[in-house]
Amino acid sequence: MSRWSGKLEKIDEYRWRIPQSYKPGMRVPGLIYADEDMLQHIMEEKALEQVANVAFLPGIVGNSLAMPDIHWGYGFAIGGVAAMGVSDGVVSPGGVGFDINCGVRIMRTNLMREEVSPRIKELVDALYNNVPSGLGSEGKIRLRAKEIDEVLVKGSRWAVEHGYGRPEDLETTEERGEIAGTDPARVSGKARERGAPQLGTLGSGNHFLEVAVVDEIYEPDIANVLGINQSGQVMLLVHCGSRGLGHQVADDYIREMVRAMQKYGIEVPDRQLACAPVKSPEGQAYLAAMRCAANYAWANRQCITHWVREAFCRVMGKGEADAGLELIYDVTHNIAKIEEHEVNGHRETLCVHRKGATRAFPAGHPDIPEKYAKVGQPILIPGDMGRVSYVLAGTERAMKETFGSTCHGAGRMKSRAAAKKYVSGRDVLMAMEARGIAVRAGSLSGLAEEASEAYKDVNDVVRVAHNAGISKKVARTRPIAVVKG
Amino acid sequence: MIRLVKRFEFIEHTADVGLVAYGKTLAEAYANAAYGMFSIITELDKVRTTESRRVEISEEDWEGLLFEWLNHLVYLFDVEMLIFKEFEIIELDGYRLQATCRGEKYDPSRHQLKLGVKSATYHMLKVDTEKHQVQVIFDV
Repeated sequence: MSRWSGKLEKIDEYRWRIPQSYKPGMRVPGLIYADEDMLQHIMEEKALEQVANVAFLPGIVGNSLAMPDIHWGYGFAIGGVAAMGVSDGVVSPGGVGFDINCGVRIMRTNLMREEVSPRIKELVDALYNNVPSGLGSEGKIRLRAKEIDEVLVKGSRWAVEHGYGRPEDLETTEERGEIAGTDPARVSGKARERGAPQLGTLGSGNHFLEVAVVDEIYEPDIANVLGINQSGQVMLLVHCGSRGLGHQVADDYIREMVRAMQKYGIEVPDRQLACAPVKSPEGQAYLAAMRCAANYAWANRQCITHWVREAFCRVMGKGEADAGLELIYDVTHNIAKIEEHEVNGHRETLCVHRKGATRAFPAGHPDIPEKYAKVGQPILIPGDMGRVSYVLAGTERAMKETFGSTCHGAGRMKSRAAAKKYVSGRDVLMAMEARGIAVRAGSLSGLAEEASEAYKDVNDVVRVAHNAGISKKVARTRPIAVVKG
Repeated sequence: MIRLVKRFEFIEHTADVGLVAYGKTLAEAYANAAYGMFSIITELDKVRTTESRRVEISEEDWEGLLFEWLNHLVYLFDVEMLIFKEFEIIELDGYRLQATCRGEKYDPSRHQLKLGVKSATYHMLKVDTEKHQVQVIFDV
């Protein structure tokens, strides 16, 4: 693999610039959040070239951004943020990715590690059995043909209306789990066929359920507002997306955009960056379909949340009120959104692509739940399976520099094939169990590909995001049980 | 049977899995790319050829045709749980592809699913019509 040999200017310890002059055609510079060590890894793959390629897209403003968990993706790098002017810019399905609204949510509980640990094996089995997971898993929900349209429009609200979860869950979900501007007619028959049987399934790959305990609290005042009260407190995490429905929407519209580019005379350095003007019929159709897929993903996480609560209460012998199980927050990390931001002193309406990046709005922003108005938006950064996860809060600096965005996870460092060369699924299982983590996985081979060794250390990723000021550390959790598809 | 020529090879990619597929003809390279993709999903030696599906695709260029060919097979796997291992290309001409794909439905008692393929991507996608060689990276 060719190592990056282009120019890279050091701005400060955590910021690096790819000058606009790196390649003719770049409309803005690239800006990378990383420290010196991370940068060495990043330079070994093609991620920086991808950051430069994204800077070619019409209407891009500010910088083509890379969060500290950046790694080589397809088209856009994973960990990329790009904002385009709505009046003169483009939307690119490749800037969202195939798993539209892949995201993560965290629930708090009133229980402590000592109460849960003795039953952890039973709990991980109950979670595994109660939440359909793995390749080819079908959900417990049978959607009628017409019903799927309702899911695509209402998202989490559809789930709550059908008995999956609590009305207050909607308050603490990004976009209330129901992003506006949908049009189910823009979602193909193929996408519906894939989506109908899969609602309420975890899927496979890096998706998981996790039982975790709080191991450090950095900002006790903020943590308390979130319901994170003490070290040892048990939390529950859910990480998944829009399943086959989202993949098909991405697939359908990438092809559509390849055609549209000729029509609008747009040229891009990588076909996976295919795009169309935000205001064009193709751009509007994609955004409407993408929002449908996003709502499907929110409904999916909402249904799963209900089964996680069910399993937890049954094993722990608690009522829901007793157990707590309030949803702290739900974030998406693969999406394009129309947002208002300040660009060179002017308010502008932008189409912000976050591909493997999380929204990070500060205290006082109108789009975050009222109960968090004073502390900022909670941001959830799942680590890999064997290590820790973080809860962060959004900052003003993110608003100024990154269109209110930060990192989304650990970020891959080794390819899946390379990960398997180093460790087998059984090794990973044993290593995790030796660390006191109970594991249930659909596939041992899949487990090896998700080994900690394949990822950057999430502690490093978060440290850079925190020190650069684009989000603020609030608390850290450590897994005690993991369910993988 | 001894196979002298490799059907496909995996290529390294950090987050995802890619492959280069070869053939004596372009049709064979398209078939081998599909074979390679299903071998990411499961061990194909254990798959029988008891079911078949006819696939017809028409696109505007070779790249689009490869993208859609593979993604249509991903769709069939997702909806019908069909794992294919034989791809008889009946026609590959003027960016049109007609094929009969043979395999069977996923049976958890005999097949171990290794890795899900979300989609073929356009990233680094190449079709070499002279060398009969195609390259594709999958989002997994």
